[in-house]
Amino acid sequence: MQKKVSRREFLRFGGLGLLGSLGAALAGQRSAPGQTGNPPTPTPTGEHEGHGENGAHGGAGTVGTVDHAFNRFHPMEMLTDFDYGTVSTLPGGQTLREYEFIAVDREIEIAPGVRFPAWAYASPTSPETQRYGGLSGRVPGPTIRCVEGDRIRLKFVNAGSHPHTIHFHGIHSAVMDGAPGVGPGMIYPGEGTTYEFDANPFGCHLYHCHAVPLARHIHKGLYGGFIIDPDPRKYSGEEQAAAASRNHLRPENKDVQEMFMLMNAFDTNFDKGNEVYAVNSIAFGYMTEPIPVKRDKLVRIYLVNMTEFDPINSMHIHANFFDYYDHGTTLTPTLKTVDTVMQCQAQRGIIEVSFKGFEPGHYMFHAHQSEFAELGWMGFFDVQE
Amino acid sequence: MTTEKNFLDRIPFWALAVVPLVLLAALVLLFVNTNPLAVSNAALPPIENITIERITLPEAGMIQLELVNGGPDPVTIAQVLVDDAYWNFDMQPSNTLTRLQRATLLIPYPWVEAEAHELLLITNTGATFDAAVELSTQSPATGGDQLLAYALVGFYVGVIPVGLGLLWFPAMRRLGRVGMGFILSLTVGLLVFLLVDTFLEVLELSAELPGVFQGVPLGLFMALLTWLAIVAIGNRPQSADRNSPEGRKFIGWLIALGIGFHNLGEGLVVGAAFALGEAALGSFLVIGFILHNITEGVGIAAPVAKDRPKLGWFLGVLLLAGGPAIPGALIGAFAFSPLLGVIFLGIGLGAIWQVIVEVGRLLQRDAERDNMPLASWANLAGLAVGIAIMYVTAFLVKF
Repeated sequence: MQKKVSRREFLRFGGLGLLGSLGAALAGQRSAPGQTGNPPTPTPTGEHEGHGENGAHGGAGTVGTVDHAFNRFHPMEMLTDFDYGTVSTLPGGQTLREYEFIAVDREIEIAPGVRFPAWAYASPTSPETQRYGGLSGRVPGPTIRCVEGDRIRLKFVNAGSHPHTIHFHGIHSAVMDGAPGVGPGMIYPGEGTTYEFDANPFGCHLYHCHAVPLARHIHKGLYGGFIIDPDPRKYSGEEQAAAASRNHLRPENKDVQEMFMLMNAFDTNFDKGNEVYAVNSIAFGYMTEPIPVKRDKLVRIYLVNMTEFDPINSMHIHANFFDYYDHGTTLTPTLKTVDTVMQCQAQRGIIEVSFKGFEPGHYMFHAHQSEFAELGWMGFFDVQE
Repeated sequence: MTTEKNFLDRIPFWALAVVPLVLLAALVLLFVNTNPLAVSNAALPPIENITIERITLPEAGMIQLELVNGGPDPVTIAQVLVDDAYWNFDMQPSNTLTRLQRATLLIPYPWVEAEAHELLLITNTGATFDAAVELSTQSPATGGDQLLAYALVGFYVGVIPVGLGLLWFPAMRRLGRVGMGFILSLTVGLLVFLLVDTFLEVLELSAELPGVFQGVPLGLFMALLTWLAIVAIGNRPQSADRNSPEGRKFIGWLIALGIGFHNLGEGLVVGAAFALGEAALGSFLVIGFILHNITEGVGIAAPVAKDRPKLGWFLGVLLLAGGPAIPGALIGAFAFSPLLGVIFLGIGLGAIWQVIVEVGRLLQRDAERDNMPLASWANLAGLAVGIAIMYVTAFLVKF
C-alpha cells in the first residue's frame, strides 16, 4: 500500500515517505461472544490471546460494524454460496449450465462506515439473489460451480456505466475469450453477449472483466470464482476418491467443509494503493464472526488472489499445516505440509487442512504480509468439537 | 424622464438601500432551493477537506488529534489507521464534522518513544487524510513545572539574547559617524533578514491552515493594517521629529515592537517544536537562538546610541522585544494554533517593514547631514554583515 495525497481533496500536508510498519500487536482480536470465555491454556491458541491493555482487541482493528443488509451479501454466506446456474441436459448427455450475469454500478460497505463505489456482477441464479430478493450485485461476483466437461452458456448484460467483459480463466475458443478486440470484444452499456464453452480443465479458477483500463476494472470489483469439479468417472484408484471428494454432486463431497475465499483489496482514495484488504471484501469480516469449523471434518479452501496494485498476496494458517493444490488442477498436492502459500494476481489453488484432534478454540488465519493483515485481511477459524 | 426622476426621489432612502439586499436574498433562496446550475444528475461525492491541526501524545499508549473541517460539506471519519493498521479510536463530540467544526480524536495506540508514526483517517466515502508524528515523545502536561520550563525556553530564546545585545550600548556610544552608519545599516540588514524570515513563516504556517481561513492573505492584511497603524502612531507631535532624542527613542520602541512580534511568532514555533519532540535538540537549539537573536539588541540600541536613555527605557524595550517569546513558547507548547501564529507573524511583518523604513530615513538624514552618500561602502558593508550574521547563525536553528 502506498500513500499519496489524492483525488477529491487538496491537501497540503507534507506526506512522509512510506514507513512500513511491521510487528505491532498482530493479535488484536475481534472476539465473538463466548470466545473470551476460554481459559488461557498452553494450547496452540494461547499465544494469540489477551494482549490486553485495551481489552481483548489490544486496540487493533476497525471500529463499528458493517451494514451487511446494505450490501445484500454477507462474508459468512459467500464462503459457501455457489452459483450452479440453470441445469439441463443437452442431447448427447452433456450437462448444460445456463447463467445470466449483469454488470452493475453500486456502492458496497467494505469496512465499518467506509463505502466504496464498486462495479459488480449480479446473477439471478446466485443464492443471495433468492436470499435477499432481487438482483443487487456482489463483490467478489457469484462463485460459478460446475463439473469438468459441462457446457457453460453465460448471457452477459452490461447494466453499468462503462464497457465491460467477462474473461474466464479456462479453456475456450478465441472468440469466447472476453478480451477487447476479439469476438464480441468490449460490451458497451446497455448491450450484451453470450459466452459459451465447455468447462475445462477441472480446478479452482476465476473470471474477471478484461475491459481497459484493466487495473481500474479489476479493482472496482469485477471478478469472481469459477470452480470446475473433477469428474470421478475419468479417474481411478486414489485419484478417483480425491475427485469424488471434490465433486459437489457426489455424497463424498458432503464430508468436507468447503469454503471459497477470494483475497481482494480496495483503493478507496484511488491513489493506486489499497486502504482495505480482505478475503471476500469485508475487512476483518472473519474476525468479527469467526468461521465455525467441525474439527473432525476436512476443510477445503478454494483460494483465489485478485488483489490489485500489490504483486503478491498470501495466506497463513496458525498452529497447523496443510496441503496445497496449485490452480486445483491436480488430484495430488503440489505442496505438502506447508503453513503459508503465496499467490500472484489471478493465481489460485486449493488448501486442504484438518483440525482433527486439535483443542477447540480460535485459530487465526491471515495474509503474512503484516501490513495486509492489519489492514483487514485477518480472520479466525472457530474450531469446535 | 423628469416624472421618473421624481418618482424615484419620492421613495424613502431606506427602501432604496434595501432593494438590492431583498433581490440578493431572493437569488440565494432560488439557488438553495432549485440549484439552477446543476449540469448533471450524477451523485458526485462531497468535497471533503479535513485539516489535522495538532497531534499530541498525552500519555504512553495514547495519540490525540485535533481536527477541523475546512471543506464545504460535512465529513464523517469512518476508520483510523496507524502505521498501516486499523486501530480503535474515539472521536468527540462526534465522528461527523460540519463546516469549520472541530473535534478531538483519541487513539489508544502503543506509540514507540523516539520513533515516527503515520496516521491516516478514512472518511465514509473512502477519501483519506494523513499526518505524521515525526519523533514520538510524551507531550507536556499543563503542570506548574512544565509551564515554568516552557516559560524559561521563551526567556532563553527571547529576553536573554536581546538583553545581551543591548549591553553593547556603551561600546556603540564610542563609535564615530562612519561606525554609527555601519551599525545602523547592520540593523537594517538584520531587519531585512527578519522580514524575509517572518514572511516565509507566514507561508509555512498558512499551509497548515484549512484553505477557508486564507492564511497568506490573512497574514499580509495583518501586516498592512499594522504598518498603517504604526505610521499613524508615528505622526504624534512628540515623536514626529525623528532628529530629536524623543523621535530616536520612538524608533527604538518601534524596533522593539517589530522584533517583539517576530519573537512571539518564533516562540510559538519553538514551543510547538519542543512539545512535538524536537526538544531532543534542546540546548543546541537554545544556544542557536541566543546567537541568532543577539543582534536584535544591537538593532534596538543603535538609533539612540548618541542619546542618554534611562535604564527604564532599556528595561522597557527589552521586555517589549524579548518578552513575547515567553507567551509565544507557552502557547506553542500547550495550545498551538496555526491561525494565531499567522496573525502574530503578520503583525510582526508589518511592524518590521515600518521599522526598516524608519531606520532607513535615519540613515538618510545622517548621510545628508554629513554630506555623504546613503549607499556608502560603510553602510553597504553594515547591511551585508547584518544579513550575513543572521543567515549564518540561522544554521543553528533551522533544521
